[in-house]
Amino acid sequence: MKKDFKSSVSKAVHNATLTGALGKFSEAYKVNRQKAYEGIDFETLRETIAERKSYAAAHLDLMAQTFQINAEAAGAKVFRTNDPEEVKAYILKVARENDVKSVVKSKSMASEEIHLNDYLEKNGIEVGETDLGEWIIQLAGQKPSHMVMPAIHMTKEEVSELFSKEVNERLTSDIPRLVEVARNELRSKFLRADMGISGANIAVAETGSIVLVTNEGNARLVTTLPRVHVAIVGIEKFVEKFEDVVPVLTALPRSATAQLLTSYVSIITGPAQNTDGSMKDLHIILMDNRRTDMAADDKFKQALQCIRCGSCLNVCPVFRLVGGHVFGSVYTGGIGTILTAWFEEMQKSEDIQGLCLQCGNCKEVCPGKLDIPDMILEIRRRLVSQKGQTLVQKSIFSVVNNRKLFHSMLRTASLAGKPFTSGGFIRHLPFFLSELTEMRSLPAIAAEPFRDRFEKIAQPKQKEKIAFYAGCLIDFAYPEMGEALVKILNKAGFEVIFPQEQTCCGAPALYNGAWDVAAQNAIDNIKALTATDVSYVVSACPTCTVALKHEFLKTLDVEKKTEWVAQAQKLADKSIDFSTLVKKLVDDGRLNIAEGVELGKITYHDSCHLKRTLRVSEQPRELLQKAGFELSEMFECDMCCGMGGSYSLKLPEISAPILERKLKNIKETGAGTVAMDCPGCVLQIRGGFDKEGGKVTVKHTVELLAERLK
Amino acid sequence: MTKTADLDELYERYKTKAQAVGTEVYRFGTRYEALESLIPLLKKEGVADSAGAFAVCAAGPAIRSWEGAELSTIPGVHFEVTRELAAEALIGITEVDFALADTGTLVQDQSAVEQRLASSLPTIHIAILGTNTILPDKGALITRINPRKSRFIAFITGPSRTADIERVLTIGVHGPKRLIVLAVDESEGETL
Repeated sequence: MKKDFKSSVSKAVHNATLTGALGKFSEAYKVNRQKAYEGIDFETLRETIAERKSYAAAHLDLMAQTFQINAEAAGAKVFRTNDPEEVKAYILKVARENDVKSVVKSKSMASEEIHLNDYLEKNGIEVGETDLGEWIIQLAGQKPSHMVMPAIHMTKEEVSELFSKEVNERLTSDIPRLVEVARNELRSKFLRADMGISGANIAVAETGSIVLVTNEGNARLVTTLPRVHVAIVGIEKFVEKFEDVVPVLTALPRSATAQLLTSYVSIITGPAQNTDGSMKDLHIILMDNRRTDMAADDKFKQALQCIRCGSCLNVCPVFRLVGGHVFGSVYTGGIGTILTAWFEEMQKSEDIQGLCLQCGNCKEVCPGKLDIPDMILEIRRRLVSQKGQTLVQKSIFSVVNNRKLFHSMLRTASLAGKPFTSGGFIRHLPFFLSELTEMRSLPAIAAEPFRDRFEKIAQPKQKEKIAFYAGCLIDFAYPEMGEALVKILNKAGFEVIFPQEQTCCGAPALYNGAWDVAAQNAIDNIKALTATDVSYVVSACPTCTVALKHEFLKTLDVEKKTEWVAQAQKLADKSIDFSTLVKKLVDDGRLNIAEGVELGKITYHDSCHLKRTLRVSEQPRELLQKAGFELSEMFECDMCCGMGGSYSLKLPEISAPILERKLKNIKETGAGTVAMDCPGCVLQIRGGFDKEGGKVTVKHTVELLAERLK
Repeated sequence: MTKTADLDELYERYKTKAQAVGTEVYRFGTRYEALESLIPLLKKEGVADSAGAFAVCAAGPAIRSWEGAELSTIPGVHFEVTRELAAEALIGITEVDFALADTGTLVQDQSAVEQRLASSLPTIHIAILGTNTILPDKGALITRINPRKSRFIAFITGPSRTADIERVLTIGVHGPKRLIVLAVDESEGETL
């Protein structure tokens, strides 16, 4: 990670205005968005959008041709190009031909993408942004920090400062007054502009129409008052049919700003009448700029299903801390990382892709059904395969790749009897997060790992066998969780086996782009876990369970180790997370949890992989309530705790405030205990409370349930 | 023709959603009754024959029927909508083609430039809506509008708004600060 990137992150995190405004907005957004979608089946809606948009993306050339024919038939002039330079040259040519001196613009990310303003201004043409946020940014000489709310990082005082300078009058920071000033100031610009430049939110192939969605009403003036209208349309904006605007218009305002509909939607088809009665000179520029290449890429073609609502930014625990400027580019947040990698270059996304925690929030709310976390992992993979790993990473993964060496080093660590504070690369291993003692204390490495303790557990003889996949954290840091699990499963009539050859699940390697290492981990585990015939392979770590159920298959496929796929599928089918299994056993009457005792208030933290990949959230809650706990939900119970595997090691300045927020939300419930199903979250949250000296007990569900067995 | 009960229900749904985004909605039996309320409204807002106080009326069946009536005797009321007049108008009056009940939205073919001028430049936009043209939602609308025939189709949902400064909702940036809808039961129906 580059130094200047690190310092821009640190600067952003310590900018109270920014994190305050974004934090408040993201909290309100979640509630308002839900309200805006009342009565709408979001899954069906986004299924339709994804289908319609992916159809268009798969037929970009046809869409562009059809659009061109229809728009030209309606009287528009259509210009198609892949090259941003040609877009700019074309606009300048149109401006020169029409003797254009000043331009008014309504918000267009496509124009930002090609840095159009600079270009026109260098060529002597005055350019005025008219979207209030964009105008503020233009006056401040900055870049937008959010796709939909460009100036969200600025205070009213800063805005009043800028406006005062612009209108030569001392203004107060009264917001309605500032808006009034903008209205008056920009009104005269609208009236004297010779050219209006807009983007488009949707372009309809079958009618040659463009659709503009705004709240302020500036797009209406930009497209009405000047004689010439130029619309710059990124070709990902295509839909095939006119009726396809319905699902997009249903989702876009709801997802962007939690509105049922924006104040204005304009559907423009060909030139309309000018104010002097002549017909408008309408130019529509279809801009490719690598979108066709993207559409041809199996992994990234889905990015063209994006409707640019920005909801991925609004729900991102990292974005709400750092805002858009650390992304250093026009497009920000999760989708911005992907667009930057394509529209600029893969290399430019090297630092910013590392901001993604892989928590999966964005995937849940995306109206285009984009799997942003997955595309970011793919960027990581490609960067690593192009550039190779760093030396530190290489040495880490060469150890992780060798189970015997890996495990013997962990044992050595435990002999030292204290968490590592220095020395060697072992401290960089996935959970030896010694650099993080600032924000939380670390668990001691267990004196005796679970794999050794397991041999000493006397299990009753049972017919049915179940394999336990411990994962590194339970094995070497929290063996007591493993023991609790064995106790519970014995009660339910299972003999637990622990295949000693099992090793790291490969998630750390995978999340760092080292897919070859992850594939080797997968193969080692498949061998170990399919050697004995068992009813289930159970894990009490959601990240490990995701690896067993999904990632092994994917990794083997990408790394072309197809000979292992059948075995991997077999393993996937048998794999199950702890709470789902136990809930099932209780429902089947195979397991009794002591009832009738009041254990007091508890709150539950949803781990990212459990909730959003495995879709498990009710099971542990039901089990805990059955055991006698009174559930008191915390605010943002399913927001990431900031652990994110080695993320907290690489970006502690982001991980720490995310953890702080989590601790605050837990404390506010007044519960004495917080339960969770992930040992990684336990590490993060327990460590946070230890450091703070808090009185909240942090436990894995498996421990709490083992105590309550009849 | 929509049945009265359905019509009332649609109107109520439209009104609720429109009011939720700051639209002022009134219902009248006839055009004449609407006009009887419109005239005092214009006077109360201070429409006058001076820059900044004009009222511009863009052609439509109801407005045409009022032309020559008392409306045209009010100083400052113009039935021709030019760029210059609209820019100095306090009030713009247009007749819309449809409304959508589920979002509180007005829909109008604004291919004719005076419709755009009258609805976008003045401080107050008064829209005349035929109650029987209220549709449930965009799905019901989409087959009734045709972009091949209508070059500029406008959806209007409440007054102009922004939240670009500190996320504080502020009304009236580049478009009207007030949107007043006069829903008239007696009308010539769908015109788009």
